[in-house]
Amino acid sequence: MAIKVLHHGLSTTVQDLGRPGYFHLGIPIGGAMDRVAMRAANLLVGNEEDAAGLEAVFLGPKLEFTKDALVAVTGADMPAKLDGVAQPGWTAFAVKTGQTLSFDFLKSGARIYIAIAGGIDVPVALGSRSTYPIGALGGFKGRALAAGDEMPLGTAVSGIVGRTVPEALRRMPGNPAELRVLPGLYWDRLTDEAKESFFADAWKVAPEADRMGYRFRGGRKLSFIDRTQPFGAGSDPSNIVDSCYPYGSIQVPGGTEPIILHRDAVSGGGYFMMGTVISADMDLIGQLQPHTPTRFIRVTMEQALEARAERTKLLAAIRQSLL
Amino acid sequence: MQNRYTFGGDEHLFVECSDEMSLDAFFKSLSMAKGVRDSAIKGVTEICPANASFQIKFNPDIIKPDDILKEVKAIEGAAEKAEPVLKTRIVEIPVFYNDPWTHETLMRFRERHQEPAGTDLDYAAHINDFPSVDDFVAAHSGSPWFVSMVGFVAGLPFMYQMVERQRQIEVPKYLRPRTDTPRLTVGHGGCFGCIYSVRGAGGYQMFGITPMPIFDPTQTTSYLRDFMVFFRPGDIVRFKPIDRDAYDQAIEDVDKGSFSPPIREVTFDLRAFQKDIVGTNANLEGMLNGH
Repeated sequence: MAIKVLHHGLSTTVQDLGRPGYFHLGIPIGGAMDRVAMRAANLLVGNEEDAAGLEAVFLGPKLEFTKDALVAVTGADMPAKLDGVAQPGWTAFAVKTGQTLSFDFLKSGARIYIAIAGGIDVPVALGSRSTYPIGALGGFKGRALAAGDEMPLGTAVSGIVGRTVPEALRRMPGNPAELRVLPGLYWDRLTDEAKESFFADAWKVAPEADRMGYRFRGGRKLSFIDRTQPFGAGSDPSNIVDSCYPYGSIQVPGGTEPIILHRDAVSGGGYFMMGTVISADMDLIGQLQPHTPTRFIRVTMEQALEARAERTKLLAAIRQSLL
Repeated sequence: MQNRYTFGGDEHLFVECSDEMSLDAFFKSLSMAKGVRDSAIKGVTEICPANASFQIKFNPDIIKPDDILKEVKAIEGAAEKAEPVLKTRIVEIPVFYNDPWTHETLMRFRERHQEPAGTDLDYAAHINDFPSVDDFVAAHSGSPWFVSMVGFVAGLPFMYQMVERQRQIEVPKYLRPRTDTPRLTVGHGGCFGCIYSVRGAGGYQMFGITPMPIFDPTQTTSYLRDFMVFFRPGDIVRFKPIDRDAYDQAIEDVDKGSFSPPIREVTFDLRAFQKDIVGTNANLEGMLNGH
């Protein structure tokens, strides 16, 4: 074993870039919520970008190393400490056998990514090491980490202490956070008034925000176009015949609180969806704290694809900076 | 039945075959999902069939949204002409109706229910005009169900009752969802039945529990060694009421690795079913009983 968990933080899970291919059976893709941060952390310690690391939300874990290692922490601003000595974020640093990695309080963002050279070597389940706690699948025994857990590491390839991702390439949400949305799916169930108010209103992240989905509050209630509900759809105007849910889709049960589904999404259900957060902005959601003011920005497919290309460019620049 | 095509962001194409539930819509969505799979369109990473719709996840770096839309639309004509015939299997699922575990749970969440004074079974029997819970259970277990979607959480089947629409059991979901549902609860919401594959939150009415695991990430259950999820869209299910003794025996058998659900391969023809529902269901039942 190479890492011992002394304290689990709030919820710390093993994640990689996920397990595509099983959503039709209700098993979500999972993996790091902030994919760019996870990839960057792995690159910093010389791992493949899809190696398994740790994702910790709001509160960092306390980890004892029983083996020398190269470590990098990316994502949220939550300073890492090695035996109490502060370490720079988004930068590779060396850890000696017997040292303890802990974290200061969260300053901004929501999730840190801890990559360790060699990657966390828990068993692969359905092609991924990501943790899917509801299904007790993957990760460390299918669950979030707990004090006393010990995890092995894979074989480290190469890594250089002090390598760092330039600050300009560390993408985090602004304040207010802006999430770009492509209207679609059951968008036309909404009245014109609701279509406008959704994008005009100031929303806030609700306390119910996790890997399955992020809930928002504070905007006006959305109204629906009158209709006789189709057979099998359920009686509420926000109900539909249970369908699949895209990642990033925005459902609004009862028209009151929008919920954006994220990496551990339920794969389907009976609530209408008004559109989808574009793929380029999914990472940002993973860095939102409860109460963060949020605006939704309406975009076209063309703009969504441009934003996607921008994100690809950002990743390329990160890779370039670490060559 | 005209499909409605819409994008879920830049990575999903969502296809609604019908806005209302019917076996026709289900067959069309299943047939189209299969057509998309068979055509092996480059850039497609996931195909998820649902009750009356389906969803494709694609990589827009490999195939442009407009192009995938064109390719999938081209499949619609063929799917409509496809024979509504399904080679599938029928499986018998034992159910302990009105069991102590779902009963304990539903009592804990009574204030979230439409009829706090009774049980979920009392309520479902009442609003579906059955004279008693026993009559309701007889109807619930008296005809087969189609697995029209697998999902929500890992391996959970949505099931559509194979009877005329006016005879279908319909029950609203809880007023507010529960935060707990026993694993393997047999539930119902709207026109859909379900089996909760794992313990967790839920809003469907709870009628009973099955001793038969349907999701096993450890893959130690004898019939889940090849794959951890039991159900596939298109499976046909028949519920068999069992009592406490039979339930306990089944649990013991599951633990010993000797439980195996009765399963038979069957061919289902939607046209024959629609012409003669009672006769088709009787045939299916005969197959299950080895005739």
